[in-house]
Amino acid sequence: MSEPRQITSPAAADTNAAVFSKSEMMIVAAARELAGQRVCFVGVGLPNIAVNLARLTVAPALELVYESGAFGARPARLPLSIGDPTIVTGATAAVSMFELFSFYLQGGLVDVGFLGAAQIDRFGNINSTVIGDYDHPKTRLPGSGGACEIAINARQVFVIMRQSKRSFVEQIDFRTSPGNLGGAETAARIRREQGWLGSGPTVVVTDLGIYHFDDAGEMRLDSIHPGATLDQIRDTMGWQPKVADPLPATPGPTVEELRLIREQLDPEGAYTK
Amino acid sequence: MSKVASMRDAVAANVHDGDVVAIEGFTHLICFAAGHEIIRQRKRDLTLARLTPDLIYDQMIAAGTARKLVFSWLGNPGVGGLHAVRRRVEDADPAPLELEEYSHFGMVGRYTAGASNLPFFPLRSYFETDLPKANPLIRPIRSPYGDETVYAVPPLKPDVTVVHAQRADAEGNTQMWGLLGCQKEAAFAAERVIVVVEELVSEDVIRADPNRTVIPGLIVDAVVVEPWGAHPSYVQGAYDRDNHFYRDWDAISREAATTQAWLDEWVYGVAGRAEYMAKLGEDRMASLKPSGSAPSGSVEYGVYK
Repeated sequence: MSEPRQITSPAAADTNAAVFSKSEMMIVAAARELAGQRVCFVGVGLPNIAVNLARLTVAPALELVYESGAFGARPARLPLSIGDPTIVTGATAAVSMFELFSFYLQGGLVDVGFLGAAQIDRFGNINSTVIGDYDHPKTRLPGSGGACEIAINARQVFVIMRQSKRSFVEQIDFRTSPGNLGGAETAARIRREQGWLGSGPTVVVTDLGIYHFDDAGEMRLDSIHPGATLDQIRDTMGWQPKVADPLPATPGPTVEELRLIREQLDPEGAYTK
Repeated sequence: MSKVASMRDAVAANVHDGDVVAIEGFTHLICFAAGHEIIRQRKRDLTLARLTPDLIYDQMIAAGTARKLVFSWLGNPGVGGLHAVRRRVEDADPAPLELEEYSHFGMVGRYTAGASNLPFFPLRSYFETDLPKANPLIRPIRSPYGDETVYAVPPLKPDVTVVHAQRADAEGNTQMWGLLGCQKEAAFAAERVIVVVEELVSEDVIRADPNRTVIPGLIVDAVVVEPWGAHPSYVQGAYDRDNHFYRDWDAISREAATTQAWLDEWVYGVAGRAEYMAKLGEDRMASLKPSGSAPSGSVEYGVYK
């Protein structure tokens, strides 16, 4: 990766010629949401590319934190895992996981934590543990990892995931990471009373659109990606979503954003094809 | 006193049926060589503890060494699921596997409490989740200084912890760099410690850079010199993670039969790590060397007489 560079604003750039994949749209949308952020806790896969894209475009001062213990990482290639050696060489600091979770995360230094999920509900509560019953699961998923404490201690949480009837559900099978619980009021009270530093989920980026959370703590579709329709959105969710009115279209990826993804961040297309 | 031993002798002396075993290392410095020796010695009824069971525990569980898994993230990092573990959890095939599940911070806290002789470790996690229901050992406690509640996790004291590192001296004074994971906490928490290193160095090398010593020989029982002992994971500065193998394992481990065939060929079929690496071949090893050099600057400690 080269030095951070500024690009023209997405809306102003010529996107007519650009053909892009749904994954590329997700990455670009997530990266733009990071504008102005300082410290971001990175996950593997799409979040990793999104955060690195943000650092090269809208958030040049972004510090990348990997739960494996790298702070201020400057990966020279796309890390396959969050413990790749490329996140250590040239980093600001390589610390123990005790320090990372205690001082950096629980101490309140992480502005944005990225989470993925197998299931999410309208309040942004997340399941990454099991599908079905815990003791006799239909599908055993990876589990929390650091997600549970990230959801509680990161100042805000961004979620990046594809939407489907199986993943956007009325009732999650297991709550691995708390979002806005049963609604904004309860969540804010509990977070305040218990001294959590995090304010919970603020952005959900999917392959079809961008959601933020309204005053009730519920997901609201605030932008729809090029090519996606409202029917498609409704057909891939287990509840009837709130929709912003008017509903803007997400500006497509710019030529420069696509160039950075394809030439620098994921040249093999491991996550973006 | 030299504690240098062969992998075979170190495992035979320190790992026993029924033990709680922690082979730690977060993506980095995972001692596959020790895991394979435990498989070859057909240890049984182990409780395996690790934040991320990774391929090494998938292999050890497929080989029938374990009855229980203590963990916080169960997957093949960057690739997908752990199929041997999932067969036992989802289908009890060939036998059930007991799970004790935490989050990463919870596991780090458990080793920390174990290492510092505390009855629990407090953390701000688990609130309003189903994890304390799934694992009743995760318990809420009230602050003695106010109204806040935090969650507590119990100490984890492995019978034996295995740590892989760049270098140690014969007494077991161990230095490592790159991602440190919770190697230090897991080692101090353990009854016995096996250190496996890429390179055996003299005491002078250790004493020239005391800030880099993560584990003192004081708590080490055996030092095994086993270059490439962390493959297919990696050692910062020495060799890269073999991402191709992590992807290959996904296909190999999808069926019990192909998993066993792999164990027969690459674990039971070799005497030890040297033979495994010879079988892997020089081309593969060369492809895993770092693409360039990035030495640290040296620092001045000064002489004070």
